[in-house]
Amino acid sequence: MSEESEESVPLLPLQQESLASALFNTDQNDNSERRRHDNSERRRNDNPESETNGQPQNNIQQVVEQDEEEDEELTLKYGAKHVIMLFVPVTLCMVVVVATIKSVSFYTRKDGQLIYTPFTEETETVGQRALNSILNAAIMISVIIVMTILLVVLYKYRCYKVIHGWLIISSLLLLFFFSFIYLGEVFKTYNVAMDYITVALMIWNFGVVGMICIHWKGPLRLQQAYLIMISALMALVFIKYLPEWTAWLILAVISVYDLVAVLCPKGPLRMLVETAQERNETLFPALIYSSTMIWLVNMAEEDPEAQRKASKNSTYDKQAPANQTQNEDAEADDGGFSQEWQQQRDNRIGPIESTPESRAAVQALPSNSQTSEDPEERGVKLGLGDFIFYSVLVGKASATASGDWNTTLACFVAILIGLCLTLLLLAIFKKALPALPISITFGLVFYFATDNLVQPFMDQLAFHQFYI
Amino acid sequence: MTLAVFFGCTFIAFGPALGLFVFTIARDPLRIIILIAGAFFWLVSLLLSSLIWFIAVKASDPRDEPLQKGLLIFGVMFSVLLQEAFRFLYYKLLRKAIEGLVALSEDGCSPISIQQMAYVAGVGFGLMSGAFSMINLLADTLGPGTVGIHGDSQLYFLTSAFMTMVLIFLHTFWGILFFHGCEHRRWWEITAVVVMHLAVSGSTFCNPLYVGSLVPSYLLMATAAAWAYLLSGGSAQNLWRFLLCLRSGPSPQPGS
Repeated sequence: MSEESEESVPLLPLQQESLASALFNTDQNDNSERRRHDNSERRRNDNPESETNGQPQNNIQQVVEQDEEEDEELTLKYGAKHVIMLFVPVTLCMVVVVATIKSVSFYTRKDGQLIYTPFTEETETVGQRALNSILNAAIMISVIIVMTILLVVLYKYRCYKVIHGWLIISSLLLLFFFSFIYLGEVFKTYNVAMDYITVALMIWNFGVVGMICIHWKGPLRLQQAYLIMISALMALVFIKYLPEWTAWLILAVISVYDLVAVLCPKGPLRMLVETAQERNETLFPALIYSSTMIWLVNMAEEDPEAQRKASKNSTYDKQAPANQTQNEDAEADDGGFSQEWQQQRDNRIGPIESTPESRAAVQALPSNSQTSEDPEERGVKLGLGDFIFYSVLVGKASATASGDWNTTLACFVAILIGLCLTLLLLAIFKKALPALPISITFGLVFYFATDNLVQPFMDQLAFHQFYI
Repeated sequence: MTLAVFFGCTFIAFGPALGLFVFTIARDPLRIIILIAGAFFWLVSLLLSSLIWFIAVKASDPRDEPLQKGLLIFGVMFSVLLQEAFRFLYYKLLRKAIEGLVALSEDGCSPISIQQMAYVAGVGFGLMSGAFSMINLLADTLGPGTVGIHGDSQLYFLTSAFMTMVLIFLHTFWGILFFHGCEHRRWWEITAVVVMHLAVSGSTFCNPLYVGSLVPSYLLMATAAAWAYLLSGGSAQNLWRFLLCLRSGPSPQPGS
């Protein structure tokens, strides 16, 4: 049974993972996040991994309001900190993937291929193998492109329910099913006897908390940890089910696709970003890793109590902050303001009611929220697809390289440097950028170079115990 | 081999470097980036030198043992020269970066000085060099086997760990010396670094006669350490005060 289900990995989680790797600053409001969900397109298992991500550009208009020089300074001054804020999760994801690959043999065992890569690589001639892998990569990429376009169409025609449902089904699958398989394999590796009831409890708790953290609210660190874990799980699935040459080809082609989709004017991801900007909407949090919490809009939207309090507080900020504490025990409907207090307030400044219009007006003022926000809180976002493909590269390097740890280390450093350069470009250009091309290019170059050139050299040096 | 060998060799080789990283580099994001970029530059230099070696080996007769060994020695020397060349390139890049940081700062001075960058760059080079020499060995210590069962030295892992440690330290000091030489246009300092590096790598050619490689390397490391300390503003007086835990007195602060 496990074979069947493993072979027919649903498209959903894969699509989820294929979110474009969006890389963007969160200087602006939350409105600018945009996620790319390619996965929800189909139920079949296509893995459209469109890593390119729609990175929503932060509302550039708001940035212009500030002093440009100061803004540049701030962006670059905090640039180093943001780079580290992304280095750490990317490193953690890679460490989890490499540790799993090295210890759990399940993920390096060949148990068939996904239906998105139907051509086998066990052929007689090298030419046949090359042809098969090219065909596999072509099929995968076309699936991804179709998914992406479908997603853009869905978004344009405001089918939010469909996208939402797609995301939820994908995360359900990842958080429950894949982690169950992972847990089972880890137990098998370490020969731990475990009963179904305990496992059910563990997976249930893990999954439910994950769903809550990712799709609703939760502590930032916990949400980040869950996003890292689901990226690692997805990367492990790819490492297991993609044959070698196909995997490298897919990595190469997808970084080209990422570049095209995010930067070309007619690219699907760019269109998605622009549509989101026009509508002034935020993206779903389930597909993008954020280094800071964006809580202002969420709180106001989802909690009417808090909304009232927030609007009341911001409007009546100067009035009587002291009085509010006195009425904390008042009924919840008051929002903490008793009748007496309201009468006092009315006497002083006249009857003012918080109407939906005034609340909306307050909410729509982004600059107020910006000034109260500590500039150090501004974070940077990276799409989960980026995490996945970085981890796939490093994981494949550790699984199949003859140089083993040297190759893994070289790919790791190459990817980090690529990410650093991408963030530097982000600081310069201040718009959504694809995070895959530079890192994957460096990673691939270093993988093949280290595996074929450096490893024989280091082997000979170690044999004679020479040091360079 | 046992877990004790694994942990012992890991901490011998990387313990001091890890301490340096945790206490001086880990807090500052800019330093971490410079560290990783330094590691990257070392990696690129290794790539190019192994490319040259690979071409030379493929063009020669694989059965000729002395020729292969000669090619390997040539490869080592060439790699050393290329590493120093990339250290110079990294110095150039960091100089430009400092100008950029100064331009962007509020008070007109860079958040990090060239001496700090020299130190971090040295640690970056050293860590990457040590990692590439040692990591595969460490992975092997976890597996089964007997060291030196065919008549080779039984101290292989231990001496490798000590050699790695000394190389990491040496790279750190060489970074400081090299950048100082480039800053103040003292070419003899730069040549001294290159010659020291060649000497250390050359001394490893007499392995497994470990006394011929480890002892000179440690002596050179002590020399380089003293020299780098003096160049960074340290003096015998500073050292004396530090050892006696004196805080008072108008002593010049050593550059951090």
